[in-house]
Amino acid sequence: MATTHGAESTSGETTAGTEVPHDAQATGSFPPFDSATFPSQLLWLAITFGVLYWAMTKVALPRISGILEDRRDRIAGDLAEANRLKQESDAAIAAYEQALAEARNRAHGIASDTRAKLKAETDARRRDAEAQLGKRLADAEERISEIKSAALSQVGDIATETTSALVEALIGKAPSKTELDKAVKAALK
Amino acid sequence: MANDPIHQFHINKIIPIEVGGLDLSFTNASLFMVATVAVTALFLIMSTSGRGLVPTRWQSMAEMSYEFVASTLRSSAGNEGMRFFPFVFSLFMFVLIANLIGMFPYFFTVTSQIIVTFALAMLVIGTVIVYGFAKHGMKFLGLFVPHGVPGVLVPLVTMIEVISFLSRPISLSVRLFANMLAGHITLKVFAGFVISLAASESLGLFGPVTSVLPLIMTVALTGLEFLVAFLQAYVFTVLTCMYLNDALHPSH
Repeated sequence: MATTHGAESTSGETTAGTEVPHDAQATGSFPPFDSATFPSQLLWLAITFGVLYWAMTKVALPRISGILEDRRDRIAGDLAEANRLKQESDAAIAAYEQALAEARNRAHGIASDTRAKLKAETDARRRDAEAQLGKRLADAEERISEIKSAALSQVGDIATETTSALVEALIGKAPSKTELDKAVKAALK
Repeated sequence: MANDPIHQFHINKIIPIEVGGLDLSFTNASLFMVATVAVTALFLIMSTSGRGLVPTRWQSMAEMSYEFVASTLRSSAGNEGMRFFPFVFSLFMFVLIANLIGMFPYFFTVTSQIIVTFALAMLVIGTVIVYGFAKHGMKFLGLFVPHGVPGVLVPLVTMIEVISFLSRPISLSVRLFANMLAGHITLKVFAGFVISLAASESLGLFGPVTSVLPLIMTVALTGLEFLVAFLQAYVFTVLTCMYLNDALHPSH
């Protein structure tokens, strides 16, 4: 740096000679320690910091703390609401499960009742049907035996007539009734 | 003078004002104090104007800074400390925004002036002393007499405590001031190397080629300075909270 300056100006001495007074003229000393600037700096610091303090106290901080409080309240409120809803839904689930269990029990009861009733009904019908069938069977048997005895009683007459016709055809003369009955009875035995 | 690393700290009058022999001019320093306050206030007020339940990005940043400072204050000074919240929040935002504005090239860094950081530190210590005496009366002096110290040592320990208390505003202000000042000087020096090397005639082609090295350094330092800008604002705030805790609970 010194060589550059030296090359630019005619001599290094004049450069140094101009530099030092220039600094001294501008400040008199190292600027931060120049007490001539202190009153001005203190005054303006007091004014600006005062304004900042006022703006923070009156506007910015109440607003930010308001925002944060609103948010905290809102979150707390939402959580409480969520808790309440959860309890409600828990209660609803419990009630539903209880109702379900009751309904299941009732359905079970109804089913077994119905089963018992149906069984009784079918049993009764079956007994009826069996009784009816038995009666009809007995009737039929009775009629068969009637028809049988009727048929058997007529067998004698038919035999007598047939025998009389046969005898007449063979010998040309009808036999007497008593003889016929005797002969037929003997044959039927 | 382009390479003079001190040039950026010069204070120039914009509107000269003189009252009773005191120079109260509106300077570039004043301009950037106004800018700091304007940026802070506009950011915090405009970003929250929607009062959204679901925050926008800007509103989220405003809320984050609020909760960041609130948790810092609460963790070191307890819930009672929240009465100082507007003060601590204003301090944090002022220092942070002033530091960050200072990171723009050609912008003035308000916090690189010792008188500014010292005034802020004195404001903190003044608050501690006034509130401490107002709330605890003479018991506030118990701050300087730790419990459980053998009788012989009490004067010595008390003296040490008093000295440490008195050095607080100095350490608080010098820490912030020196960090900002040194950071900006370093940046300026390395950036100056880039120009000097690139423009150097005696080095030939070697100059521009090697000027990449200080350029890389400048980029890295810029990142570091952003970290420092935030970190120093945070340190200033944390220490403020701890000192305020002393005013609230003076007994050790």
